[in-house]
This record gives sequence, C-alpha cells and structure tokens, in this order.
Amino acid sequence: MDKNKIRLVSKSPEDTIKIAYTIGKYLRPGDVICLGGDLGAGKTAFTQGLAKGLGIKEHVTSPTFTIVNEYYGMMPMYHFDVYRINDPDEMMEIGFDEYVDGDGISVIEWAEKIQDILPPYYLNININKKLEEGDNYREIVLEAVGDKYRPVIDQLLSLFNIIH
Amino acid sequence: MTKEKCFILGIETSCDETSAAVVQDGRKILSNVISSQVELHKRYGGVVPEIASRKHIEMIDIVINDALEQAGMTLEEVDAIGVTYGPGLVGALLVGVSTAKAMAFALDKPLIGVHHIEGHIAANYLEHSDLMPPYMCLVASGGHSHIVWVKDYKQFEIMGQTRDDAAGEAFDKVARILGLGYPGGPLIDKLAKQGNKDAVHFPRARFEDGSLDFSFSGVKTAVLNYIHRLEQIGESYDRADIAASFQHAVVEVLVDKTIAAAKKAGVNAIALAGGVAANSALRELMVKKASEEHMKVYYPSPLLCTDNAAMIACAAYYGLQEGMEAGLDLNAVPNLPLLSSNLPNWK
Repeated sequence: MDKNKIRLVSKSPEDTIKIAYTIGKYLRPGDVICLGGDLGAGKTAFTQGLAKGLGIKEHVTSPTFTIVNEYYGMMPMYHFDVYRINDPDEMMEIGFDEYVDGDGISVIEWAEKIQDILPPYYLNININKKLEEGDNYREIVLEAVGDKYRPVIDQLLSLFNIIH
Repeated sequence: MTKEKCFILGIETSCDETSAAVVQDGRKILSNVISSQVELHKRYGGVVPEIASRKHIEMIDIVINDALEQAGMTLEEVDAIGVTYGPGLVGALLVGVSTAKAMAFALDKPLIGVHHIEGHIAANYLEHSDLMPPYMCLVASGGHSHIVWVKDYKQFEIMGQTRDDAAGEAFDKVARILGLGYPGGPLIDKLAKQGNKDAVHFPRARFEDGSLDFSFSGVKTAVLNYIHRLEQIGESYDRADIAASFQHAVVEVLVDKTIAAAKKAGVNAIALAGGVAANSALRELMVKKASEEHMKVYYPSPLLCTDNAAMIACAAYYGLQEGMEAGLDLNAVPNLPLLSSNLPNWK
C-alpha cells in the first residue's frame, strides 16, 4: 500500500462536504491543496466543506471569473480556479507566490495548468466519478506530494480507519 | 450640482470589454463605445486574464477618444470621470482605474469609483426615464447573481445571492457540456426556442431556511448526470429539450426569488440587469409572473445588459450628486463587496 495515499468513498455531495470538513480540521497555515476532478465531480462541495472546517462562515462561490477568492476564518483560505490561465506568469501578476507563501490555506483547482510554479510540497486531492457505481458515487484520492504532508495523511488514515 | 448640464466620462474594463462612454445628466447617452473582446475569447472557451489586460491596454486610448469624438466634446468639457474599480479581474480593472486616475489628476476633475454591479443596475436608468428607486433588481451575469433592493440611488441591500456558481456561469458550463461554444447564454437561449422546457425536470435548489439565495452548481451536475445516464444505455437525447429544460430550471428560480424579495420589501417595481437579463425566457417569465402581482418590470436593451461604460457613467453621476468623490489612491478591488457604506471611497 502506498503510504502517501488514501482513498475515500463519497456517496453524496453531503458525504463529500463531511470528508472535506474533517480534512480542513487537520490543515495548518501555509498548506497547499491541489484539487482535481471533472466538471460536476464535486469540487465546489469539497471546497465548501473545507471552508466550514476552517471556520469560514461565508458561502464559497466560484472563483472562475476572479481567479482567486479570499476567505477569513480561523485561518485564511485562498480559493483559486486557474482554468483560464495559459501562462504561469499570469499567476505572478495576481500575486500567487504571496498567497502560497502566506499563512492561509491555498486551494487550487486545475493546478496542472500551473505545474511549473507549484510549491515542492502539496496535498493532491482528486475527486473521481465512478458512474458505474451510481450518479453520486465518488472516489476521493488524497496524495501527499513531498514529505511535508505525510503526517497529515497518517493522521487522516488513522482517523478514517476508525470511522469506516 | 449647480451647473445646467453634467457630462460624465465612464470607463469600464473589469472583464471582456474595453468601454468608454459619455453620459449627460446621468440619463442621456451621448456615446457608448464597446470594443468587444468576445471574438478573441471564443477560441479559449472563456475569459483569459492575461489577454484581457493586454488587450485593454491596447484599446483603452482608442475607445476613450472615440467616445469623446462621438459625443462631440473634448476631455476638458467633461465634468467628472467614473470608473469601475471592482469586482473583476485585477489586471483588467487596473487598466481602467489607472487611466481614470491619470486623467482625473491631469485635468483636475472629480474621480468617481463605481462598483460593477451598481453599474449594471444603473443601466436601467439610461432607457427608462420613469424608473426611480425604490425597486428590486435582479443582477445576473457570468460572474454575479444578486437580488438587490435598490432603496435609493446609492443605497443597496442584498436580499439574495448565489452560494456557488453564478447563473451565467451555469449557462456557460451547460453550453460546454452540450458542445455549443462560448458565451453560453445566447447559444442556449437560441437552442432552447426549439426545445420543450418541460421535457426534463432538473432540480431547483431551495434552502430550508426560506433564504432568497441561489445555487446553480447542482443543476449543471444534474444535466451532466442526465446525459451520462442516457449515453450509458445507448439512448439518444435532444439537445434542444435539454437546453430548454435547463434554462427553465434556472429562470424559474431567478424569477420566483426576485418576486418574493420584492414582496418582502414591499416594492412594486422590478428591474433586470447583467448579461443574463438579455435572456428571452427570463424576460418573458418575469413579466408574466410580475404582472400577476401587479408589479412593473424594467430591463435594458441587450447591448446595455452587457458590460459597457455608459452604465458606469450613469452610476458615477449619482455618486457625484452625493459627493462621493474618490481619492487618487483609488485601487482595483477584485472581490469588492456591494455595500452602501463602502460605495465608493469617501475622499
């Protein structure tokens, strides 16, 4: 078994929110999450759950037009949608390095578009649809990229083992 | 203002369009030049920020000169400069804000910062001389979905807003799912005319607390699931029926909640604003349901539903009346909230 990875199952958007909420409780200032998944996979629901876990009271709305939305809870959350970015330089224009080096949680959707400028360590989270299992069935895969996130994975592993 | 006529130069660069306009006394358009960048963005299926700011820089001087020329006036004859300072893409906003600040400084004219949504609302004043606050305004576009109680020209209360995707964004995403292209709104509107709006019942998001907020992320997923299910069993589907049914699901929620908000506030006029206000099904249903409640409905012509500088000049006029002059430290604010108290910076 890959020690850097865990797979969780969500059977509804509510499940996805709960899982993300729990993950949010284990994050620390400066953590970076790259969030992947097809249109309709539940990236919005996941980010909403994460925000709740961080004590953010506001609704998490789509950052598609603004590229980044900022939220302030127990710690800040910076929510990026870089779908429309073509060149990593454009991210520097909006101060990307200041966000990821800051003391908030950065959540980046479509991170593969800016692979070259991602920090060396991040938590990769992919939400995969499995339509053969049903419309709402999702496999949520968490992967620690770089050693920094191993402890988070370990904590979540023991936690979700107890739950399931 | 003691002066007989007041001319405002408006500048708008928050997203796709570079636009400049001259408006007289807040209500009369003398010019409204829009350099649409939509052609450029079509190739990418959305707004590309870097292209947006670079194009704005290339276009801004040309557009301002055209607006002045068409209005038959010089820069010196302008009484004030109004500019969108948020929300929007920061690089794009900065082009307009920096230009407006430089001109205000060089000409020693008042500078008025305008909230983009306030501009969309004000678009209605340009074509409806009888429209005056108070009224309820539905502002729906690719980036926003708000129900705003316009209590006075400069007093707003948000009655409801989206909790996830904007209405126009849902149109864009469903257009992508159906392979229609960008921007999705007009394409779905057109295709929906050939379809049956009752063919599929897509879910309407309602909140248990009776909130007037919207949620449009779920309906997009419902459309995806519906198509996948049919594809899995090898059945064909009618894109026009899906477009019509999806559009109806979105429009019905927009209409019902706006009317509920108007009733709650006790106002009997409703205005539509923003790109989605150009949607024919929305206009039709809003007029129908509002007339049942004896409410009057206003909406701008399609051109004034899109981003344009005339609406910014109009909103700036009312700002100037209230003495809401901005300092030269006015900055672009990508997530600028619509609140009466911070609209715009007091000098």
